[in-house]
Amino acid sequence: MRLNSIESRLLVVLVLMIFGLSLASDQFLTLGNLTSLLNNNAVNLIWAVGLLVVLIAGGIDISFAVAASVVQYVAVFCFQALGGGNWLIGFIVCGGLGIVLGLVNAVLIHGFRIISIVITIATFNAYFGLLMFFSKGRFIYNLPDWWTDRIFIFEHQSATGTWSELNLAVAVMVVCVAATAFLIRYTNIGRQLYAFGDNPEGARRAGVNITVMQCVAFGWMGLMAGIAGLMQVNIVKEVVPNALYGRELDVLAAVVLGGARLGGGRGTVLGCILGVMFVAITQNGLNLLGVSPFAFQMIIGAAILIAISSSNVPVELKRFRWRGISPGSFRRADP
Amino acid sequence: MKGAYRRLQSEVGSESLPLLAFLLIMVVAFSMATPRFLTTANFSSMAFQLPVLGLLTLAMLVPILSGGLNLAVIFTANISGLALAWTLIKFGGPDGGTMALIFGMAAAIAVGAASGWVMGLVIAYTGAHPILVSLAMMIFLRGLGEFLTRGGDISGFPDQLNIIGHGGVLGIPVPMIIFCAAAIVWHVMLRRTRHGFAVYMVGSNIEASEYSGIHTKRTITVLYTISGVICAAAGIMMAARFNSVRVGHGEAFLLVTVLACFLGGIDPFGGFGKVLPVFVALIILQVLSSGLNLLGANQHLSTAVWGLFLIGVMAARWIAGNLPFLQRGKIH
Repeated sequence: MRLNSIESRLLVVLVLMIFGLSLASDQFLTLGNLTSLLNNNAVNLIWAVGLLVVLIAGGIDISFAVAASVVQYVAVFCFQALGGGNWLIGFIVCGGLGIVLGLVNAVLIHGFRIISIVITIATFNAYFGLLMFFSKGRFIYNLPDWWTDRIFIFEHQSATGTWSELNLAVAVMVVCVAATAFLIRYTNIGRQLYAFGDNPEGARRAGVNITVMQCVAFGWMGLMAGIAGLMQVNIVKEVVPNALYGRELDVLAAVVLGGARLGGGRGTVLGCILGVMFVAITQNGLNLLGVSPFAFQMIIGAAILIAISSSNVPVELKRFRWRGISPGSFRRADP
Repeated sequence: MKGAYRRLQSEVGSESLPLLAFLLIMVVAFSMATPRFLTTANFSSMAFQLPVLGLLTLAMLVPILSGGLNLAVIFTANISGLALAWTLIKFGGPDGGTMALIFGMAAAIAVGAASGWVMGLVIAYTGAHPILVSLAMMIFLRGLGEFLTRGGDISGFPDQLNIIGHGGVLGIPVPMIIFCAAAIVWHVMLRRTRHGFAVYMVGSNIEASEYSGIHTKRTITVLYTISGVICAAAGIMMAARFNSVRVGHGEAFLLVTVLACFLGGIDPFGGFGKVLPVFVALIILQVLSSGLNLLGANQHLSTAVWGLFLIGVMAARWIAGNLPFLQRGKIH
């Protein structure tokens, strides 16, 4: 990690925030608070790593949160048809449905050579409109028991008697994050994704299969959207067709904050985690400091605005480097 | 004859004529499907519904032309609406006179312009991506609105405001007149002014424009400020239409405005596109939604159809651009 990268700056800011908050509030650095932070952000982080892959490949996806809602709704009927289902079937069905919805995006984007933002805005409207039309906006509470039962992967009772626990979504989140990190860092496909996102035409001429890249990126996003949909139901215990509507832009903001570039070719899983955590910890800290909940969004928006405006300003310790001119063109000849 | 056709095309955009033809087909189809479509009542209600979305789309249009995006349009409109509402309440609510209304509108436009200006400055001078900046601005404005109103709504406005939302001149609804006027101003601004030219150049290639002596930073700042002003106009109209102001009003329009711009043939990468095709695209969206509504479908089905329609149009454009016999001296 380079000293001046967005990730390291964000890390510094986060460490300072954690340090400040742990001094300002004695509740911040407690096991209960940290576990609830993880529980509340598991779904966002699953989406975030999916979106990261799309962003690295030079695309953008607006439709994933709505796609997750579609997956939840269709999955309910699939489980009924399959006689109840279980976690294994759940992952297969939701992941599969998610991949299908993601591939719809990929096929349209690649087939008609349309920029991804156009297609995903179109599919966003199509998915959401059709979902609301067919579901008539009805909530579903009558879900299989395995789906809504709480499963704790970690439980601890403190001396004062308060319970702190991590639920299943956190474990799934860890697996998703690790799998994404493996995909983009240690596989050939991952390297091709970066190359494709940085320069699609160059990558094509170097022998990268563009069709496969689009399908991998949007398929992976779809898989993550489906899994996140499955876990979100496990947390809230109901299926609400418009519950996830509007979440996509918040996740997008967090991921891009973490250094993924709109335009492709850059972004890391670490940055993605830091971006999501920055938003989460800001909100958590405001809560603990007793700030009115109505002010949360305002402060988070201002924080993101300040973070992005400053992340493009160079902080050069040794030498001031002029932005906008390609590195090297004005550099002194090194001795 | 052919020259005149070419000139017409270059003025209104090559997208307009196919879209107009499609609009005609749809109007005919809906009139055959339901007798209630081709009535004054239906057309009048369409003309009342369209302008809010239309003004917001104009606010989205110029940022897209410059190669960016303004995701804060809805909440800029809401915050401007709040500024209007508060000024009106301060000056006596329902009893406030025309002066209060004028003050209120000035306050709304000032607020809209200010938020657009801040966004423009950040985009122009830090080089951060417009999607991200406007997204952060959107989250901030939404939060600010929620903080100020605590999620409630504000109502109780003087009757004069009603004219903007519900009045008519010679049978034409006032909102429609305002929207048409704004669209004409936008057309002139983009095709006939220095600023409009600079917007197209910045959208095509920002570095080349910079080196050609265009003050790109000022252009970007100005265009987002103007976008904020038209958002404020939309906010005022929303307040007049709904007779109340609430943060979150019209939230579902956000991505529809982007959809309308793309439908109207605005290049997603910026630099190419005209106002008239977008205007036609907006009418198509409204006709689709009203027609389906008369046939008994709800708004959600219209939303789905809008999305599918955009995919269809983009696919048709791709097919038209890739079949050799359809290409007639296209440049790009």
